[in-house]
Amino acid sequence: MTTYRAGGVSVARHARPGAPPPIWSTPPARPRRRHRWRRNWIAGVLSAIWLAIVILPLYMVLVTSVRTQSAYLSEGAIQPPTGLTLGNYGRTLRLGFGEFLMNSAIVAVFSIVLVGALALPAAYAITRGRSRIISGTFSMYLLGLAIPAQAVIIPIYLIVTKLHLYDSLLAIILPSTAFSLPMSIVVLTSTLRDIPNELYEAMFVDGAGPRRTFARLVVPMARPGLITIAIFSGLNAWNGIVFPLVLTQSESRRVLPLGLWNFQGQYGTDVPGLMAAVVLSALPVLALYLFGRRNLLRGLAAGFGK
Amino acid sequence: MTTSADRRQRPGLAWAAPAALFFLVFGIVPIAAVVYLSLTRWDGLGTPQWIGLNNWRALANDADALHSIRITLLLTLLCWMIQTPLSMMIGVWAAGPQRNRAILSTLFFLPLLLSTAAIALVWLALLDPNFGLAHNLGGLVGVPDGNFLGDPHRALLSVAFVITWQFVPFHTLIYQAATRQIPHTLYESAALDGAATVRQFFSVTLPQLRNTVIASSVLIVVGSLTYFESILLLTNGGPGTATRVLPLHMYIKGFVGFDMGYASVLAVLLVLIGTLLSVLIVRTTGYHRMGSQREGL
Repeated sequence: MTTYRAGGVSVARHARPGAPPPIWSTPPARPRRRHRWRRNWIAGVLSAIWLAIVILPLYMVLVTSVRTQSAYLSEGAIQPPTGLTLGNYGRTLRLGFGEFLMNSAIVAVFSIVLVGALALPAAYAITRGRSRIISGTFSMYLLGLAIPAQAVIIPIYLIVTKLHLYDSLLAIILPSTAFSLPMSIVVLTSTLRDIPNELYEAMFVDGAGPRRTFARLVVPMARPGLITIAIFSGLNAWNGIVFPLVLTQSESRRVLPLGLWNFQGQYGTDVPGLMAAVVLSALPVLALYLFGRRNLLRGLAAGFGK
Repeated sequence: MTTSADRRQRPGLAWAAPAALFFLVFGIVPIAAVVYLSLTRWDGLGTPQWIGLNNWRALANDADALHSIRITLLLTLLCWMIQTPLSMMIGVWAAGPQRNRAILSTLFFLPLLLSTAAIALVWLALLDPNFGLAHNLGGLVGVPDGNFLGDPHRALLSVAFVITWQFVPFHTLIYQAATRQIPHTLYESAALDGAATVRQFFSVTLPQLRNTVIASSVLIVVGSLTYFESILLLTNGGPGTATRVLPLHMYIKGFVGFDMGYASVLAVLLVLIGTLLSVLIVRTTGYHRMGSQREGL
């Protein structure tokens, strides 16, 4: 009984010898849970190995980021650091990482807002519209899922130069947004298809047009899907290397990935400095994660779980 | 009268137009443009000059191109074969109710906090044969000299490992979320029928995860064409051309060698391969006819 921590406790509390288990506390999954526990111990061992593979590098990133440069070269990577220093963080901040962080944040936020503003009305039209052209656009996005952004980087470079947007943050935002659209629209369409028809009819009976239906019904009901696509498109923009690499050049437009790469290229031996920059670059995502942890799983379940 | 009322209530074309126009300009037009550019000579600055099929003829003499396609497909297969079982196992395991699993899943999630560039550069430092983790632990995996990225035979596997490290957390989350949605009643009836634990996994969990497997596989396969960003930072295609995947070959030809015309030929190949792979997956699995697997529940 002590083996099953979560479900077992409540059963144990109510179980008296000889007495039938009370109905309300009989978890229907009890026999299953025992099976699952036994079945999964192999997965448990593998998980432990995978845990080491995941944690060890992260431990090293953190530890190296507070090691002095000379200590890194003499002590190597694994040993606990002897003297702690925050100097690495100060050095990377002086090299402009604050600005790179800002640029990346701008790109990510604008991409998220643009994707949401474009994808949700489109998904609404696709689920509720009657026009052939609208269903045609859905096929276009399905096809678009397969197009790797890298493949069209040359014409996008041409288009961006023609629009006189070269070397601006907008040059990164626009294509990043475009290539997040297909997945976002597919995810949102599947979310909106789950809204029962009766709710639309109720809106109609109340005399609501498409605009009010959108604001009062579609937007609130699409929330889990919106969270999914915000994560998806935000990470896309935040992680992207090839668009900034090809479409910007000046230091004032540099985003984090390029800042990190540039740091590594210029100060290749300054591994502690690089690790400090890596930690700094992860902080905004960590903050968002702590903020939206509960919504994340729900959103992913809405987007891919079916 | 009902039809006109119906029309007034339904969203019209204007709702779909902005997104469609946006994707047309930055997604569809570029594909047409890349086909056109593949028939020109262009250095990226002047005006593209029409040269017909010359670039396509040059493809036949480019041994690196064929090699890079092979490397791309090999890496895709490798990453799919490692990532799918691994993330499914961890995901199904993490979907369980115990408290330690919640903590562990949070730890598993951590690589997602790092960007592609950060992960590639961290591993570049870790795999440094002189000062990195590779120096300390290389012997454990049979590489005492710690030379992972500099060895032509190990470089591709090492790249696949770094990519796995980056993406397994995401796919694990997908599997975890999907496993949690499997109705408990299915396990109860399986248990009543006397299905043992392993049997339950294969006759309940796995079939219920079918669409998730497909969705995750599509993401892996199509995503594998974007691994080029990691490779650019990790090995730049080296040593030699051991890890030069097709997108990287295109990037080097176009933005390092300034032969945009020929690079466009490679880009067209990329589009074709991406589309072909997705259509293949979608057709063989019937994803496009996807319905609910929970009919009657």
